[in-house]
Amino acid sequence: MSSTVLITIISLSLLALMSAVILYFVAQKFKVFEDPRIDEVQAALPAANCGGCGFAGCRNMAEALVKADTFDGLNCPVGGAPVMAEAARILGKVAPVVDPTVAVLKCNGSPEFRPRTSAYDGAFDCRIANSLYIGETDCSYGCLGNGDCERACAFDALHMDTITGLPVISDEKCVSCGACVKACPRNLIELRKKAKKDRKIYVACSNCDKGGPARKACKVACIACTKCQKVCAFNAITIENNLAYIDATKCTFCRKCAVECPTNAIIELNFPPKKPKVEVEAEVTNG
Amino acid sequence: MGGVHPPENKLTADIPIEYLPVPESVIIPVSQHIGSPANPVVAKGDTVKAGQVIAAGKGFISANIHSSVSGKVSKIDLAADSSGYKQTAIFIDVAGDEWVDSIDRSNEIIREIKLSSEEIIKRCFESGIVGLGGATFPSHVKLTVPSGKKCDMLIINGVECEPYLTSDHRLMLERGEEILVGVTILMKALKVEKAMFGIENNKPDVIVHITQLATAFKGITVHPLKVKYPQGAEKQLIKALIHREVPSGRLPLDVGAVVHNVGTANAVYEAVQKNKPLFERVVTVTGKSLSKPGNYMVRTGTPLIKLIEAAGGIPENTGKIINGGPMMGKALNHTDVPVVKGMSGVILVPREESVREEIKPCIRCAKCVSACPLNLEPYLLMTLSEKGLFERAEKERITDCMECGSCSFTCPAGRPLLDYIRLGKSSVIKMARQRNLK
Repeated sequence: MSSTVLITIISLSLLALMSAVILYFVAQKFKVFEDPRIDEVQAALPAANCGGCGFAGCRNMAEALVKADTFDGLNCPVGGAPVMAEAARILGKVAPVVDPTVAVLKCNGSPEFRPRTSAYDGAFDCRIANSLYIGETDCSYGCLGNGDCERACAFDALHMDTITGLPVISDEKCVSCGACVKACPRNLIELRKKAKKDRKIYVACSNCDKGGPARKACKVACIACTKCQKVCAFNAITIENNLAYIDATKCTFCRKCAVECPTNAIIELNFPPKKPKVEVEAEVTNG
Repeated sequence: MGGVHPPENKLTADIPIEYLPVPESVIIPVSQHIGSPANPVVAKGDTVKAGQVIAAGKGFISANIHSSVSGKVSKIDLAADSSGYKQTAIFIDVAGDEWVDSIDRSNEIIREIKLSSEEIIKRCFESGIVGLGGATFPSHVKLTVPSGKKCDMLIINGVECEPYLTSDHRLMLERGEEILVGVTILMKALKVEKAMFGIENNKPDVIVHITQLATAFKGITVHPLKVKYPQGAEKQLIKALIHREVPSGRLPLDVGAVVHNVGTANAVYEAVQKNKPLFERVVTVTGKSLSKPGNYMVRTGTPLIKLIEAAGGIPENTGKIINGGPMMGKALNHTDVPVVKGMSGVILVPREESVREEIKPCIRCAKCVSACPLNLEPYLLMTLSEKGLFERAEKERITDCMECGSCSFTCPAGRPLLDYIRLGKSSVIKMARQRNLK
């Protein structure tokens, strides 16, 4: 009886020992070297796996960061400067200064300004509506309001407004991952450079039609009258395809263009309440 | 295999074709066909006659566009098409009704074909002939058999399987002989000896009429077919008539057949024998509340509203105006859209019939699978498209879908199957094109 137990213990132990030896050599033979820094960098990243950096997930971004000679072109928009600085510290490199950005909607066509001319009752999906027809209004460039961007946002930063039918972007929650930019079939969302106190001035319109038809379809459409371009002292405004664009890197937030715009297509946000016109101008000349 | 039986509602089958008066102005889009848009060859202020080329086809897969009226070109500008998106169009203010001198305007039927095969194909291109069944594929391309391929059978599509539409029905009754001469011309162009004329059993008057006429023509046989949607689709008709199956991703020519619509045959007759380019067509204007539904011969470029006014105006309870048949047509968002070569019908649907069903979850009943005439799995393709899994959708042969809408029609849960499949199909085609560029 006792000998059976003894034999079993010895034979199993021998078997275990042999397996361990084989496994050890096999493991040595097929060892894949992985830079330990990848784990470290990955731990520093936000782990959102949102794809905002252009890679499939944070792990891929970490691998790219470790492999790269310089950080040029690599940026985690979610983590921003602190995360990139941490990654740079781990890898002993320098993180370039990348301006933080935020998503803005280049359309302001709520029903108040852009009358509905038909009713869409197809599948609730912007991509489908866009491929089928012009949309519920006469503007073939504006927001379709079916919320593809809302469904794409993984950060709860974007919600459809039930009254205007347009998405509203929260400046606090938006991490500028760009998921909504990709989701919009009409390319209405732009990632713009963030300014202090979340101030914004931009053309909230994407209509490339000539002035007449654009205005007819929507009261707040850019009609490419060039007034804003003329009044801008910083060459920040360009007009292409019947549409004005304000370059956020050149804009100084003087707000002259917004005052000048005859259709209120230029939107100014998060500025202190408007003072009488004279004072605004005085402030601008002082600054 | 597959298919559905929608209610026929052929309200206008007994109403003869009526000529719609020439409107005061026309808007003629330069792209009324599949392929590259034509290049305008007239300028603002030019005077044109009906039948004159105003935009020339660019490349092989393209078609000439002719003026449908005589008058003055008022402008060349963007105009909204049936989807509301803008595309280049030629605007003409009508003055009189003068046709190009070479067009034979008599009613006499010319049966002797003087042109050779190559000349017929050339004439089809010059006359801007495109498939009038709705797909508007340039006919000269379909008549040119590439080397290495052999065509032994011409199939003439007189099926008109879409409910409501009767334009082909009336054309076959009133222009039967012209169509049969057209078929003979097509046979000569393709160098085939035999042609099969498929007509569904719901048109007994046409079957009798065409069978009688066809006895005088060599090689043309008439075949009554069981009523089923979408039998008028190219691949389905080939299967029904000659029992050959066109493989996935291939063309009818790969099984030795070419399919042309009866409207196209009539247009080919007019182009070859009468020298008349394609600038008018029969359009069915119908709807249950319409006061005067009918079949109208309309010049291309005529604003749709003129046609609807001729049919009694828009009834008050109209919910949707559909361009095309109820199965494959699309709702219009405005009535200023011009009549184009591919417009076979307009349906004014009453409000209570136009509303979509509420979308409910899929119950995996597989009715869509049984209905799909191409043996696809619509429920799966919809999910894949919805989730953006286009590589997988491509493997599931999404590009085979001909968008007949049988799946959406049959779905008991009211799911927008075709909407999503269309989206997936276009994305897969785009993806494949980019891959080929690399």
